[in-house]
Amino acid sequence: MAELLRRLLRSPQGAIGLALVLLVLVLALAGPALAPHDPEALSPLRRYRPPSADYLLGTDQLGRDILSRLLAGARATVLLALLATALGTLAGAVIGTASAFLGGKVDEAVMRTVDAVMAVPSLLLSLLIVSVLGRGAENAVLAIAIAFTPGMARITRSVALAVRQQDYVNAAIARGEGAGYIVLREMLPNVIAPIVVEMSIRVAFAVMLFATLSFLGLGAQPPASEWGLMVSEARRFMHLSPWMILWPAAAIALVAVGFNLLGDGLRDALNPRT
Amino acid sequence: MSGRYLLRRTGLILYTLLVVSVLVFGITQVLPADAATMLLGENATPEQLAAIRERLGLNDPIWTQYLRWLGGVVTGDFGTSMRTGLPVLPQIAEALSRSLLLAALSIGLMLVLALPLGILAAVRRGRPVDLLVSLASYVGISLPEFVTATLAILVFADWLGWLPPTGYVPLTEDPARSLLHLILPVATISLILVAHVSRMVRSELVDALHTDYVRAARLKGLPERVVLRRHALRNALLPTITIVALDVGYVLGGIIVVEEIFAIPGIGRTLIVAVQNRDLPMIQAGALVMAATYCIANFLADLAYAALDRRIQYG
Repeated sequence: MAELLRRLLRSPQGAIGLALVLLVLVLALAGPALAPHDPEALSPLRRYRPPSADYLLGTDQLGRDILSRLLAGARATVLLALLATALGTLAGAVIGTASAFLGGKVDEAVMRTVDAVMAVPSLLLSLLIVSVLGRGAENAVLAIAIAFTPGMARITRSVALAVRQQDYVNAAIARGEGAGYIVLREMLPNVIAPIVVEMSIRVAFAVMLFATLSFLGLGAQPPASEWGLMVSEARRFMHLSPWMILWPAAAIALVAVGFNLLGDGLRDALNPRT
Repeated sequence: MSGRYLLRRTGLILYTLLVVSVLVFGITQVLPADAATMLLGENATPEQLAAIRERLGLNDPIWTQYLRWLGGVVTGDFGTSMRTGLPVLPQIAEALSRSLLLAALSIGLMLVLALPLGILAAVRRGRPVDLLVSLASYVGISLPEFVTATLAILVFADWLGWLPPTGYVPLTEDPARSLLHLILPVATISLILVAHVSRMVRSELVDALHTDYVRAARLKGLPERVVLRRHALRNALLPTITIVALDVGYVLGGIIVVEEIFAIPGIGRTLIVAVQNRDLPMIQAGALVMAATYCIANFLADLAYAALDRRIQYG
């Protein structure tokens, strides 16, 4: 683990990505406590303010402090995206491992079906699922998790198949180890690593997808300060104050860049060739 | 490329579309919408509702309804839209033609930008220009389409006033204005693709430049330009075909958002309107057409790959 961290920090992507992701997670967890103002407090006399000493990022159309709203919304945007990715990964990992384990015709049938579901764009699939479940942040999380499942199943399966063929697994079988030992001690640690890499890149995509669903009015609902929703609401007022759009847009991009960098850094760090 | 391969591939596409049809039909059946109420409005009497349910076959078992719908789809009858009362197929076909124009221009612009950027970054690996391209591509893949589109409208339409903010003009009506309206949507969709594909081109070319055959070409004294063109690029660019085809799925998702923001009456906006109005036949047809587009793009990519690379033998 320490070795992995050292390798991760050696590459610029890994170091910057890790720093950004840690910063975002701290802000997401401590956000409400750090907020200088009440994110819901209206001040009709201080609307559309540009950044100032009192309101560091300015105020919105209702005079609410944008910085406080961003900090409060970090929880919705980042933590729910993480949750959606984790759920999708878990479901995908179970399907993928089971398919690889069963093999033969079952594996073929499962994977063809997984490929078929992947022919529907993730945004369209989550759009359809949210329209069945009803709009709302929780349903958007579930929709993203379902939309991510086929992709994660495909990756887990290919990794599990490759690991199963490795010499160290054959050696363990030859040593006469039990099935439980082989799966838990030999296969699982080697399956997890590529999945974690894929997951961290997927989180970036989940943040973007979740914000997009909220932007379309299907995810988080007002008066929540989810970042996609903030951009959507600010669109009507962008002539009056462009700051209202720029800050949440920058926040989404920053989080996505962080997870993308971390994912690439992890991939390089785990790749024994480099 | 054997006949057996083509047959197998066609079979897989049909299976994919079958799975998608079950998925989409299933999802739309769970939708909390009653087709009869949708058609007649809230004020319909119970007798009228019962009569139209009987006529539409809504009382039949679900699999009968599915097979009837699938039978219609196979013969080119996608039913009638619940919102407009018009046949679905002509509306979908018209919307699709607009979206395909948008997608084709976006992919074209992407290729024009992404290939040179990726090649430049790979050739100048580790130099400032490589870092700049990498940095830009990280930002590019991290901006969702709705953010790019909104910022593009803010800068190029509101502040600079160079381009129209939203709207759609048919190509046949006024080609110049039509293209002017398409610039921002096309640029929005391309951005994320350029970021993704240029990174892939860079990493493929970096790998190719470290192979033995490139070393051999250099050692026999060929100029670097010839090594790059004749030896490295030929192999490095082939996987790009597959990557672009896989990205078609992403383009189709992006089109939904971009058409909604720029008010382009294509397949994406049609789908959003259909979802908002719970227009079941329209949702089913739109989703099926999108999945079919993705399958066909990937099939064509595989054929192109095999045609360009004689080492590949699909059996």
